[in-house]
Amino acid sequence: MKVLALIIVILTGSLLIYSSLDMPDWGDPNSPASTHVSPRYIEKTIEETATPNAVTSVLADYRGYDTLGETVVIFTAAVVCILLLRRFEDDKTH
Amino acid sequence: MIRLIEDLHIQFVCRIMVPLIQFFALYVIAHGHYSPGGGFQGGCILGASFILMMIAYDIEYVKKRFPEKFNTFMVAFGVFLYAAIGALCLILGAEYLNYGILHKILPADPVKVRALGTLGIEIGVGITVSAVMLSIFLNLSTFGKHEKSEV
Amino acid sequence: MEIIIGKYNYWIYIALMMIGFYAMIAKRNLVKKIVGMNIFQTAIILYFISTAYKKNATIPILIKSQEVIDVTQYVNPLPHVLMLTAIVVMVSTFGVALAVIVMLYKKYKTLEEDEIIEILREKK
Repeated sequence: MKVLALIIVILTGSLLIYSSLDMPDWGDPNSPASTHVSPRYIEKTIEETATPNAVTSVLADYRGYDTLGETVVIFTAAVVCILLLRRFEDDKTH
Repeated sequence: MIRLIEDLHIQFVCRIMVPLIQFFALYVIAHGHYSPGGGFQGGCILGASFILMMIAYDIEYVKKRFPEKFNTFMVAFGVFLYAAIGALCLILGAEYLNYGILHKILPADPVKVRALGTLGIEIGVGITVSAVMLSIFLNLSTFGKHEKSEV
Repeated sequence: MEIIIGKYNYWIYIALMMIGFYAMIAKRNLVKKIVGMNIFQTAIILYFISTAYKKNATIPILIKSQEVIDVTQYVNPLPHVLMLTAIVVMVSTFGVALAVIVMLYKKYKTLEEDEIIEILREKK
């Protein structure tokens, strides 16, 4: 069983390494990730939001919905933890 | 569940460190516009300061100052604050979470007011994250039995 | 040689990811599986952060006095934002997974996966 797992892991890893040969080089300023939308965020962040920290302005302003959903995720985690674990003293069922 | 070990050194150091940690957490939340930081990071530091106090003293000591009901309320209040600021923009006549419209009720121009809206939701996120950290730690460390007689 | 210098960061993350993947599928202990999942997520976060990097660039906090903003001078902020979200989701999944494990331990008095399956078979 462990040998099978090791074979699967090595196979997946070698596939990923093979596909990484097509990725842009490390630190390449002309990679697709750095040329598509992010230049606009950097150029307009002071002009549009008066926030020099581009990470904060993208997190809370341009992509506010993302952060809202993610706050709900961590809220749900707390609710699930309380529901699963909390036992009150007058609770006779457990 | 948790056996209390009184140690003067640990309690003394934590008594000095915890206010500084909390002060730094508030700085990280409020200064997120100009330096690395924001709601998540500051909230994590704030929650960690409460957890440090729980480890150094005991759970009752923290629960006396920060009751469980209040903590659970804070978990929901942060999300509510975030959604309420979004809804306020909706009421004033812009899109959801479009803070620029808040200049109708705040004394600043539409660009500066976006930074204020960002600060508002960062505070909401910080409240939620710190309360969630505390809640998860409290329930995991005591298996959910942290009433007075159990500690 | 150029390939090694250009791509070695991806290979490190792939190695880290595969360590986590192996722990997830080969280990029997549930806590070890959760630790493997965390290593996996950390590898993905490192990978995304490395795609944001530009040579000779600094963090995406702009200098106010600057008149013309040179985009190649600042790293890409978008992966940082996405990974900030992913870190919080990672913490949430970790907390919920630990809560579920505590409940499983209360019920079966063991954390070994095969022992739990054995107990479930005997009940049938």
